[in-house]
Amino acid sequence: MGATPLSLGRFYPRRKVDDVSPPAIRLLWCGDTALTVEFGDRIDPALNARVLALDGRLRDADCPGLVETVPTYRSLTLHLDPILVDPARLEATVRTLAALPAPPVPPKRVWQVPVMYGGDFGIDLADVAAHHGLSPSAVIERHAAPEYRVVMIGFLPGYAYLDGLDPGLALSRRSSPRPTTPAGTISIGGVQALVASIAAPSGWHLFGRTPVRAFLPGRDPVFLFEPGDGIRFVPTDPARWDALDRAAAAGDPVAEVAA
Amino acid sequence: MSGRLAVLACTGAASLQDAGRRGYQRQGLSASGPMDALALAAANVLVGNPTGTVAIEFGLGGGRFRQEGGEAWLALAGAPCVLRVDGVPVPDHRAFLLTEGSSLVVEPPRRGVYAYLAVAGGFAVPEILGSRSLHQRAGLGGLDGRVLRVGDRLDGIGAPGGESPPGIHASLDPLPLDGEAPVRVVLGPQDDHFPPEALAIFAEAAFTVSHRADRMGIQLDGPALAHGRHGYNIVSDATVMGAVQVPGSGRPIVLMADRQTTGGYPKIATVISADLRRVAQRRPGEAIRFRPIALADAFALARERMAVIADLPRLARAHGTRMAESLASANLAGVAVDAFADPLGDGM
Repeated sequence: MGATPLSLGRFYPRRKVDDVSPPAIRLLWCGDTALTVEFGDRIDPALNARVLALDGRLRDADCPGLVETVPTYRSLTLHLDPILVDPARLEATVRTLAALPAPPVPPKRVWQVPVMYGGDFGIDLADVAAHHGLSPSAVIERHAAPEYRVVMIGFLPGYAYLDGLDPGLALSRRSSPRPTTPAGTISIGGVQALVASIAAPSGWHLFGRTPVRAFLPGRDPVFLFEPGDGIRFVPTDPARWDALDRAAAAGDPVAEVAA
Repeated sequence: MSGRLAVLACTGAASLQDAGRRGYQRQGLSASGPMDALALAAANVLVGNPTGTVAIEFGLGGGRFRQEGGEAWLALAGAPCVLRVDGVPVPDHRAFLLTEGSSLVVEPPRRGVYAYLAVAGGFAVPEILGSRSLHQRAGLGGLDGRVLRVGDRLDGIGAPGGESPPGIHASLDPLPLDGEAPVRVVLGPQDDHFPPEALAIFAEAAFTVSHRADRMGIQLDGPALAHGRHGYNIVSDATVMGAVQVPGSGRPIVLMADRQTTGGYPKIATVISADLRRVAQRRPGEAIRFRPIALADAFALARERMAVIADLPRLARAHGTRMAESLASANLAGVAVDAFADPLGDGM
């Protein structure tokens, strides 16, 4: 990351480093079907604000061949129809739009997400607390305190990656991933926090579970969260799991939106 | 004349796939769709469908089916498969009529991996988020969000515009699998994570398709690709179909139609869209080589590929005419042609 581009004489000199200042972007072609606009190589809310700003501007721009976009922590990928796209024109459009100022904007909506912490719901909570010399309830308090920002939805349908974790809770991933973790898992990995949707393998530390379905085929909307949304975790009595879980399975979001 | 195709037996992972699902990668849902888009298009053209109509995708497998409640025109294209209608062999890459009560056997291919069985009019499964393609991991699309199994009944939508859809007297040359030539890639998006030696190995070595190959990704055996001083973790970014991701083991994985939408491993190169089907059709144990090309050439090859797909209906009609003529002359020569040896079912 941030390396001097390799000089590959017999290969196509694809890499371009923008010298416009501030701040430089890199345009990385992913074959003939996508262009990744890289704003940086680290997790940084300022970079994500630029990602989301470009994403919004592209929606209103005239970009032949642009099929869909994927915002991540620090880059925006444009999926393209290789027949319709004009690569040079697209690069120019992206550079123009990315150079516009992109002040961070507050989230349009903030979700209140109920979480059942610890015990069978979050089997790593006690270990993480011990690691940091905290009580489990202090970990819950710190995890539920911030307003997080959805910076990327990816990997699997509805998996919401969050920025905003208390650095005092950060902990690098487990050395061996678990072959499966339950749907609705609330976890952390490094400085990242996650709301999982469906069951999947994971090497992250499991703090709890939410009955909220970030992804539910058959419900309208199928996906609950959008990149840029705010998230607040609401510690919730495990005794309420069954009722909330049933309601969520039936299509109730069970996550409230605060304006 | 809509009819149903009943699944009597099924091997491998057979799923329903159309052109794929657009617009939900920002929500973590990859596009799915065919592993071999040219083969899906060909199967559809043979029965007079638009190229992206939903069809059955077989992956290293086959099946046994029975036609119920009416007759249907079908065609299979892609990996070559032995087909039998009521026990009588029928060629692939050619339309055939399956009458009510008839059975169809699709034998697993001996070459290639993915084959597509299209029915005139398509299969009547609901569109989910704009597509009928199965995304197995998400449990969404296809028939009830899962692969086909014994006992399933696939309703046909029925041929549009009458009993015999336009272009039905159609055949195509079997699609080449192009196994030998190197698969063309564009380097990047993270080729700068690899030292020149690793890039040289990637461009020159022979890799082997492993048994860990499915619609999500195709893991390759062969020389490990060492990462440079930045290591093998990146802050996750988006993936495309054809991305050659290199995890800590150094063993490359080509991400495919049902892949994860984002990933935290560097991607040394990206298979060009025109060559994706050639990767998909390589069987476990078969060799695969990569050749970096210029981005501009990748776009040119994509346009060539589109021209080939656009030309399929004309090719199929031309073939069909020649085939009908040869069948007619065979009849004039006094050769008996029974109902099943005449897969066109046109009595010639």
